[in-house]
Amino acid sequence: MSAPTATAHAHTAHDHHHELGFVRTYIFSTDHKMIARQFLFMGLAMLILGGLLALVVRWQLAWPETAVPGMSVFLPDTGGILEPSTYNMAFTMHATIMIFFVIMPILAGAFGNFLIPLMIGARDMAFPLLNMLSFWVTAVAGVIMLSGFFVEGGHAAAGWTSYAPLASVPQYTGVNWGQNLWCISLFTMGIGSMMGSINYITTIINMRAPGMSLFRMPLVIWSLFITAILLLLALPILTSGVAMLLFDRTLGTSWFHPSGGGEPLLWQHLFWYFGHPEVYILILPAMGIASEILPVFARKPIFGYHAMAFSMIAIAFLSWIVYGHHMFVSGMNPSLGMAFMVSTMIIAVPSAIKTFNWLGTLWGGRLQFKVPMLWALGFVSMFVIGGLSGIFMASTPVDIYIQDTYFIVAHIHYVVFGGSIMAAFGGVYYWFPKMFGKLMNPALGHLHFWGTLVFFNMTFFPMHIIGVGGQMRRIYNPMQYEFLQHQQHWNVFMTYGAILLGFAQLLFAINLIWSLAAGRKAPMNPWNATTLEWSAPSPPPHLNWGPTLPTVYRGPYEYSDPEAADDFLPQAQAPARAGARPRGAH
Amino acid sequence: MLDWWLPENVSTYGRDIDWLFHLIYWITGITAILVFAVMLAFLVMYRDRPGRRARYTHGNTTLEIVWTVVPSLILVILTFLSAPAWSRIKMQAPPASDFVLDVTAKQFNWQVTYPGGDGKFGTPDDKTLLDEMHVPVNKVVHVKLKSQDVIHSFFVPQFRMKQDAVPGREITQWFEASKPGKYELPCAELCGFGHSGMKGWIYVHTADDYKKWAAENLTAEAAPAAPAAEEKKAEEPKKDAATAATTGGKAKR
Repeated sequence: MSAPTATAHAHTAHDHHHELGFVRTYIFSTDHKMIARQFLFMGLAMLILGGLLALVVRWQLAWPETAVPGMSVFLPDTGGILEPSTYNMAFTMHATIMIFFVIMPILAGAFGNFLIPLMIGARDMAFPLLNMLSFWVTAVAGVIMLSGFFVEGGHAAAGWTSYAPLASVPQYTGVNWGQNLWCISLFTMGIGSMMGSINYITTIINMRAPGMSLFRMPLVIWSLFITAILLLLALPILTSGVAMLLFDRTLGTSWFHPSGGGEPLLWQHLFWYFGHPEVYILILPAMGIASEILPVFARKPIFGYHAMAFSMIAIAFLSWIVYGHHMFVSGMNPSLGMAFMVSTMIIAVPSAIKTFNWLGTLWGGRLQFKVPMLWALGFVSMFVIGGLSGIFMASTPVDIYIQDTYFIVAHIHYVVFGGSIMAAFGGVYYWFPKMFGKLMNPALGHLHFWGTLVFFNMTFFPMHIIGVGGQMRRIYNPMQYEFLQHQQHWNVFMTYGAILLGFAQLLFAINLIWSLAAGRKAPMNPWNATTLEWSAPSPPPHLNWGPTLPTVYRGPYEYSDPEAADDFLPQAQAPARAGARPRGAH
Repeated sequence: MLDWWLPENVSTYGRDIDWLFHLIYWITGITAILVFAVMLAFLVMYRDRPGRRARYTHGNTTLEIVWTVVPSLILVILTFLSAPAWSRIKMQAPPASDFVLDVTAKQFNWQVTYPGGDGKFGTPDDKTLLDEMHVPVNKVVHVKLKSQDVIHSFFVPQFRMKQDAVPGREITQWFEASKPGKYELPCAELCGFGHSGMKGWIYVHTADDYKKWAAENLTAEAAPAAPAAEEKKAEEPKKDAATAATTGGKAKR
């Protein structure tokens, strides 16, 4: 079926479609595209809060114990000066919100929901009602998490890792209901995520359009498929862990407390057994998004499709046996440290393979530096830095020194901000026309990219330096330590970077709101891309296509085929001549 | 550039850690420069120009094998190079020493206990200092690390030493300082609102200075508590310091 017919059918379908009321369309919707938008806006709203918390933390580190501008409203007793307990709360909640309520909802929630049915040629998810529940359970988890800011004693302040017994005994932090709500919120979020992941897996296995074999799936679908499997297997470990933590705090159990026969390291084993797959949950969809954007704007098939898919599978398997590298100096048997060093070194290999294949995709391409492409290139560059800095920690002796310093903070931000968030921005710029039927402003997009890239590096690169200098994470005031005082100017420099980085994000907010309200109408396929979502109207109607679903004739990245007239061959476009050799079929 | 920022190393095994740090620094630094150079070259060479079509290729198996095998080899070699240092610092029994300290962390202090003249902990002649540790230079020091509340982390940047103190456990660590001086001992694991500023000082003395310090601080004040143990106590640190002075502390390893 050719693309124009698909549009015609879709319009007919839309006309006959029974109109749902406002509530069923915009609030309790079972349409995967609406749920995707809900996850996106939830994630972006939380991004504002998470970002402001980061700025509060940065202010304190640069100019310790001075009033944070604007904070006197929230901290009237101190006139806006952060106390150590408030500071601990700020960085704990910054990480918690960014990881669980920004990156996961945007990458897995929004892109997963929007792209899976549209890119495999399905009308919706396998379980639309479960899909709706998944969002609303996550939203409830978000509300519970936010409510923690308003309880007596403040919100959780034991770090996003909430190590026991600091987190398991209320007296040790002085935080009571804040930490309890933290546990309840993550427990709830775990349930929501399980609903989503079951749905993603079922949909991808069962609902692919005719011709869409596994190895014709776009790589972003591979990445979301693997992410969903990791979510399904990893999140229940966190869910049980936070339940145990909550029971220790409220019911008098002693899972993690030695005086009752418990073991503090049990928490770390549970947390990181979840936590390391979690890191890949945060980065795999980003890798998928980059693998979609690069071929489109290089006008070239992805280099090494199979290597790309298998390296993600390898990452998924290995992610289960590397978690101990978070615990090299925790008191865990040091012989295990040796084993985890081996597995950690090995997991760097699939990431290296992916990077080289992205470079291979650029080689000989016809590179168009449009906004999504810039973000994808930014993602690859920052991921290279974040990946390489990980090798320092993989080497156990070096980790003895590096562990718990700002070097780790630099590493995680290069992976999670430079990696996941940059790819998420790329994904928003790339799929915005399909998602909302409007075009975004490219000039603002360019400015947003360059501002983010420059100020991101200004904020996070010096963290490597002060980390090597020995600055510990999670300290309230570096000036309390004589050996850190000589590098305080870096803390000031980084805070200026962070403030500018924050301002750069306003360009995105303006672009988003302006484009939603007054953006030019998007054509069906603004980027001349090949994958199935571009054969549906922008935005796709309910049930995505007309009476006939698209049929898939070829792989997802058929660009610049010398035998084709155009420089792209959509997956759903029937071969022009009878007996024409199918290309890119796997 | 990064390695200029390492604090001075003053411990024996710190040299091994710094060597590995520099090795990885060069490997990753060169890799990063190569990757960025190739990427920049591609971005310039293959920018969109009218009349040029992209190269139609789906990949290259030889290249895939090369860029799988080469990083694997580098990482395996790195693993083998890292293993001995890890084994020496954390896995094997520490080098023998008669200089043993008990460090019990609590919110938000380091409690450093000397065994006193009888060489045993838990006896009346024990002497506990708060946030202060005195050791002789070139002497293997064993630290029996404990915590009485939450997890803390014993971090001495200049010794390249770090170990979490876990409630319910006693973890024995060791170091051998190679230069007299005064070194900061921060807590590196978030331990509550007083985490920042939880720090002690480690004073590394020359053998003679340590002898003097021990005589003044470990013997005199403990006198009323345990008069019987006093004689032994007075001799013990002397013997210790003498050994360190004559052999550079290496005789017993």
